[in-house]
Amino acid sequence: MKKLLSGNEAVARGIYEAGVKFASAYPGTPSTEILENVVQYKNDVHCEWAPNEKVAVESAIGASMGGVRSVAAMKHVGLNVAADPLFSMAYIGSNGGIVIITADEPSMHSSQNEQDNRHYARAAKIPCIEPSDSQEAKDFIISAFEISEKFDTPVLFRMTTRICHSKSIVEFGKRKEKKSKGFTRDFQKYVILPANARKLHLKVEERLKKLEEYGYDCPLNKIEVNDTKIGIITSCIAYQYAKEIFPNASILKLGLSFPMPKKLIKKFANKVETLYVIEELEPFVEEQIKAMGIKVIGKDKLPITYEFNTNVIEESLLNKKSYKEIKVENLPPRPPVLCPGCPHRAVFYILSKLNVHVTGDIGCYTLGALPPFLALHTCVCMGASIGSAYGIERAMEQDPTGKVVAVIGDSTFVHSGITELINIVYNKGISTVCIMDNSITAMTGHQDHPGTGKTLMGKKTHKLDLVKLVESCGIKKENIRPVSAFNTKELMKVFKEELAKSEPSVIITQGPCIFIEPKDKKWKLFEVKAEKCKVACSACLKVGCPAIYNDENGKAVIDPMFCLGCTVCAQVCPFDAIIEVER
Amino acid sequence: MKKDKINVLICGVGGQGILLASEILSEVFIKAGYDVKKSEIHGMSQRGGSVESHVRAGKKVHSPLIKKGEADFILAFESMEGLRYLEYLSSEGKLIRNTQKIIPLTVTIGNAEYPDNPEKIAKDNGIDTVSINAIKIAKDLGSDKVVNIILLGVLAQYLGDLSAPLRIDRKIWDDVIVDWMNVKKLSPKIMEINKKAFERGYNSTA
Repeated sequence: MKKLLSGNEAVARGIYEAGVKFASAYPGTPSTEILENVVQYKNDVHCEWAPNEKVAVESAIGASMGGVRSVAAMKHVGLNVAADPLFSMAYIGSNGGIVIITADEPSMHSSQNEQDNRHYARAAKIPCIEPSDSQEAKDFIISAFEISEKFDTPVLFRMTTRICHSKSIVEFGKRKEKKSKGFTRDFQKYVILPANARKLHLKVEERLKKLEEYGYDCPLNKIEVNDTKIGIITSCIAYQYAKEIFPNASILKLGLSFPMPKKLIKKFANKVETLYVIEELEPFVEEQIKAMGIKVIGKDKLPITYEFNTNVIEESLLNKKSYKEIKVENLPPRPPVLCPGCPHRAVFYILSKLNVHVTGDIGCYTLGALPPFLALHTCVCMGASIGSAYGIERAMEQDPTGKVVAVIGDSTFVHSGITELINIVYNKGISTVCIMDNSITAMTGHQDHPGTGKTLMGKKTHKLDLVKLVESCGIKKENIRPVSAFNTKELMKVFKEELAKSEPSVIITQGPCIFIEPKDKKWKLFEVKAEKCKVACSACLKVGCPAIYNDENGKAVIDPMFCLGCTVCAQVCPFDAIIEVER
Repeated sequence: MKKDKINVLICGVGGQGILLASEILSEVFIKAGYDVKKSEIHGMSQRGGSVESHVRAGKKVHSPLIKKGEADFILAFESMEGLRYLEYLSSEGKLIRNTQKIIPLTVTIGNAEYPDNPEKIAKDNGIDTVSINAIKIAKDLGSDKVVNIILLGVLAQYLGDLSAPLRIDRKIWDDVIVDWMNVKKLSPKIMEINKKAFERGYNSTA
């Protein structure tokens, strides 16, 4: 069977075909759809959302030790969270094959940096495999499990946004069932006490040499001999762009990009006159080739930042621009916005009225930083809102009471906010923390987490009680304030009360993400009564809803296609001009 | 050089059904026997942000992204959104645009101005432009959700006019759309609206 699949869908199919029995992930763009697609094979593969990437990798490690093939998937920055177990596992090696998938994001479409995670493979001394389209995503992940078992190593499987989210045609295979090998106690392998680790490190170095030899003629690395005037060494999506710009060149495509197959590189380099290395982001392959004393053209011409495409390669390497430049001046930007009906809207509206520093976190609510709210002033990484709020308060010379609020989503709080809250209580901070509980991991496309009471495989499970959890962290009962996320008056009151206290408090704003409401929900609809909208005061525009805009006469209008009747605009209208109507 | 690929760039606003349109278009190309690649960016912008999707078909397609200067069609779901991508059109390329205006938040809060006449801007830049009021047709048919199917109908009309081997016959479209509606288990009433929507686009003299 052949189907058009995204890289994420294809890799999920490959996980199934490889006989994998355990798969775990924390959602993160562009990796999220991997587990969302593995779940269609839930009768054969146990799959789950972990509270964070470290837990996902550690569970996968356990499953590998327990003798089955296992996988953990995450976005590039997720691997930072999971780096600790990864580096230990690099010494321990595998029992059942174990693959860690990293989805890197050149151009940062939905990320805070564009780190190149091939560096992790090198730092942890484990092999790195990179597919260049969906078919390879499926085929190579099967090879990754074989390599993991053959060489007793975890394997890093590196995808990028354009591999994850572009679709191409994939031919399906059959699942090869793998029996569990079971867990056999092995002190020297599984307990990395210093005495054992010293021996294991020697094995790791041996393993790298063997892998380098393996790379010479393994099917993942491929030479396409063509015109030898130009030779190109490339990998991942860059291969596809190179094929279009240099259709006649000879190409060495690295599917196993670390450890680099030096002998193969030398053989290829000797055949061609001019050698290019075309790779996105860091000069990872290029620097290693240069260290071999081979002359290559790479990052001296190609950019080190952002995604490539065929235009970038043509302009950088051929100095050619084969299109007519048309720049339409002053087009209004259309950046991402909080959706109509979003439960975060009223919270940021209120925060924008309060004179407080707001430390933010990773989620849809990071958009609170943009106009019209301008009500989120820091964003670092998952969980950092609470630690940053605490740190800013410690740095203040005057009394910090009422000056700082941390905002964090429910899923992010579970991911890595809990320890930060414990720290505030333990070290006697006074921060006001707002958990914006929309009952889902929203930004990545609405995945369950321990606070939703449902597993990835659709089973009901214990629902984490945020109020009880926060209380057991040491927040006083009277300082824990659940409040409707849609009620502006109530929100203002609760924020003012908690900010006035010189002890830590947690406000939990409650309102579901619009995307988890039942499909047949009858949404309310609001309308601006033109005769009541007298002075065109623009108060309703300040709630930053894409469903409201000014018409030619400067009066507010609500687009019924977008309005979901959340009532926030109606609450802020001083003339009661916004009223509910029949949909 | 004889053309051997079709490149379609679809753009608009999150929530308009762009990804579904690009899925259907890809299936049509596959049914027509082509290699197909398609690419878009997920995440962040669920509703209200700019969305773009690239669909490429040919005997063999490498890059999932269209090269600037090589798009045969831009299918713009919103009045001005196509203007962001004019550089992608080939010299014979065509901009098909829905005249529906969706005011971006940046305009609402006074940080930018919506262009007066997007069609004129495109034409002044020498772009072959056809415009259709798909939202009006959709509302007439009884569902504002079928804008994407109407616009695919318009595209289908032009793909049917191409010379062989790149021409796509109407029957393939009908089959793919019926398959999709069956998979989605749409009600008979909604199915009928979708069929009419496609027909209206296909027969528009836009």
